[in-house]
Amino acid sequence: MTALLEVTDLVKHFPVRGGGVVSRTLGWVQAVSGVSLTIAAGETLGVVGESGCGKSTLGRTIMQLTPATSGSVVFDGVELTSLKRSAMRKVRRDLQIVFQDPYASLDPRMPVSAIIGEPLRIHGRWGSGRSGKDAVAELLRLVGLNPEHANRYPHEFSGGQRQRIGIARALALEPKLLVLDEPVSALDVSIQAGVLNLLEDLQGRLGLSYMFIAHDLSVVRHISDRVAVMYLGKIVETGSRAEIYGHPSHPYTRALLSAVPLPDPKRERLRKRILLQGDIPSPVDPPSGCRFRTRCQVFASELTDAQRSLCVSEEPALEDRGQGHPSACHYARVEAVV
Amino acid sequence: MTASRRAPLLEVSDLQVEFPTEDGVVHAVRGVSYSLEAGEVLGIVGESGSGKSVSSLALMGLLPRGARISGSAKYRGDELLGLEARDLNVIRGKKVAMIFQDPMTSLNPVHRVGAQIGEAIWAAGVLSKGDANKRAVELLDLVGIPQAGSRARSYPHEFSGGMRQRAMIAMAMANDPDVLIADEPTTALDVTVQAQILETLRKVQGETGAAMILITHDLGVVANMSDRVMVMYAGRPVEYGTVDDLYERPRMPYTVGLLGSLPRLDAEGERLTPITGSPPSLLNLPAGCPFAPRCPMVRDRCLSEEPPLYLTDEVEHVAACHFWMELGGEVIATEVFEVTTVDDAEPLS
Repeated sequence: MTALLEVTDLVKHFPVRGGGVVSRTLGWVQAVSGVSLTIAAGETLGVVGESGCGKSTLGRTIMQLTPATSGSVVFDGVELTSLKRSAMRKVRRDLQIVFQDPYASLDPRMPVSAIIGEPLRIHGRWGSGRSGKDAVAELLRLVGLNPEHANRYPHEFSGGQRQRIGIARALALEPKLLVLDEPVSALDVSIQAGVLNLLEDLQGRLGLSYMFIAHDLSVVRHISDRVAVMYLGKIVETGSRAEIYGHPSHPYTRALLSAVPLPDPKRERLRKRILLQGDIPSPVDPPSGCRFRTRCQVFASELTDAQRSLCVSEEPALEDRGQGHPSACHYARVEAVV
Repeated sequence: MTASRRAPLLEVSDLQVEFPTEDGVVHAVRGVSYSLEAGEVLGIVGESGSGKSVSSLALMGLLPRGARISGSAKYRGDELLGLEARDLNVIRGKKVAMIFQDPMTSLNPVHRVGAQIGEAIWAAGVLSKGDANKRAVELLDLVGIPQAGSRARSYPHEFSGGMRQRAMIAMAMANDPDVLIADEPTTALDVTVQAQILETLRKVQGETGAAMILITHDLGVVANMSDRVMVMYAGRPVEYGTVDDLYERPRMPYTVGLLGSLPRLDAEGERLTPITGSPPSLLNLPAGCPFAPRCPMVRDRCLSEEPPLYLTDEVEHVAACHFWMELGGEVIATEVFEVTTVDDAEPLS
């Protein structure tokens, strides 16, 4: 199967500028440091990681909302990083994004019909007579909203309904790939479930591909076919949902999974928790060698000094070391934690 | 109170909170009752606007001036509600301490962390300033801040989110309180840091024997930390019981829906059961059960008569549903809730 999206060695650095009249560049925030991934047609790739791991920047860089520092993004056979604005606009029909905050991403002064219809007008698909209005009504029905409410404004809808409006807008041009950046994290759980079910149904009906970016490991497990775990700008482990959740092999993936409390008191009492030391280091000056070693429970308490020196000096490649899927750890080993 | 029966550590009964607004009276808390014994952890869960935070702020006298509070909240038999600030300060922060969600706004940005904790100790009037500052360093060490001695001289902005929350825990523990109220203590934190903070809370709670009220929207955190759980909806408790009982045998459709709408880390492929519609406005609550418009089991009686907390088939397990007995045994959400994606609810008006 050929990939719909193929990202190779994507890098995004942001300058850190000093104050003063003539601002100098003091350093670079290495938000995304050499990420490669593919998404096939009809597939959902979950990208999961904690705040500051670069998962949102990755999504925005793929969308070309911010220019890449280096690397390549091939979508549907077209290289996006070198594309001119006008050519990129055509690609955007097939590549859409849904943002986290349904309160901030909808214009409060536009009625819902105008919000959802805007992409149709921009791309000349509004048509004549009633066809544009009919398209909006159809989109509202598709995301489970009442088409009679098309003339209402965003503030008249609840958070979950607003996120459905954002999804309807993204679907207006019948895209092939949706980048979903934390689409449910601002919603209460009872509302979140409805949006997740909607995304699943739409994928089945329209054959969409999703890049689902989230920090919530349970949500990512629920929705993804394959999962990539990010830490400090890099993918540290990737594989099918069953591989990542059932056979995690990177110490960070294991720590992440073990940290999530289960809504099941009896199982919770039996679980062993892997507690990481400290906080995520600054992406301006990441640790040498393996970026995770400063917090790694294996590095801290299981390795010999000789073994540790490899973690300090050599960055582990993201490859299969016999565990069945790629993992960026010199000492990768499968150990179930859920 | 008879001499033979010792007063509970904390006893709240029929707590009500109203906020008069221009649009009318918002009835934010509509009758909360519970009692807490030493060393016990009570989890209060609910979605945004369920009244879970307001009910705890009311105990601490931290609600804005316009709030109308009624009912009773007794600490070791002494009434807390309606106390003057001076009398309340004998208890607040010393016997009953609080940890808030956002440590950045709860710490003073222009004072060193150690000095802020030291001040909380010194203000209690037992230790001298010097000893209080020494104690502050010990507390920072207890909550797991490395090199506590030098980090005590840092300002809050030099701390990460997790370290600030540790500092808040240290400050709350400064005077060895009997009750710790933690209001969404880990909501702003990443999951690996959350695990550290929950572990720290468990450690200080174990070492001091304090009781804890843990307010959160996260059903996983509650399952991990609590002995008993109270589920709140539209300003009142709708279910209350031991943690095992409530998760395995929920007797209120709202709890069933909440558990069923949660994607699981330890399972895959199952369909979620969303609860359609939105929580009601607390401005004009309709008659009857506030969950009725969203409830798959709704009957005529639910629309006219608000259910009290019925005692269910389990000891000390109460549920606000007229038809709780229909939810027998272990409840499976997909059998109660229709699995749907379409949201038929009217927009907010």
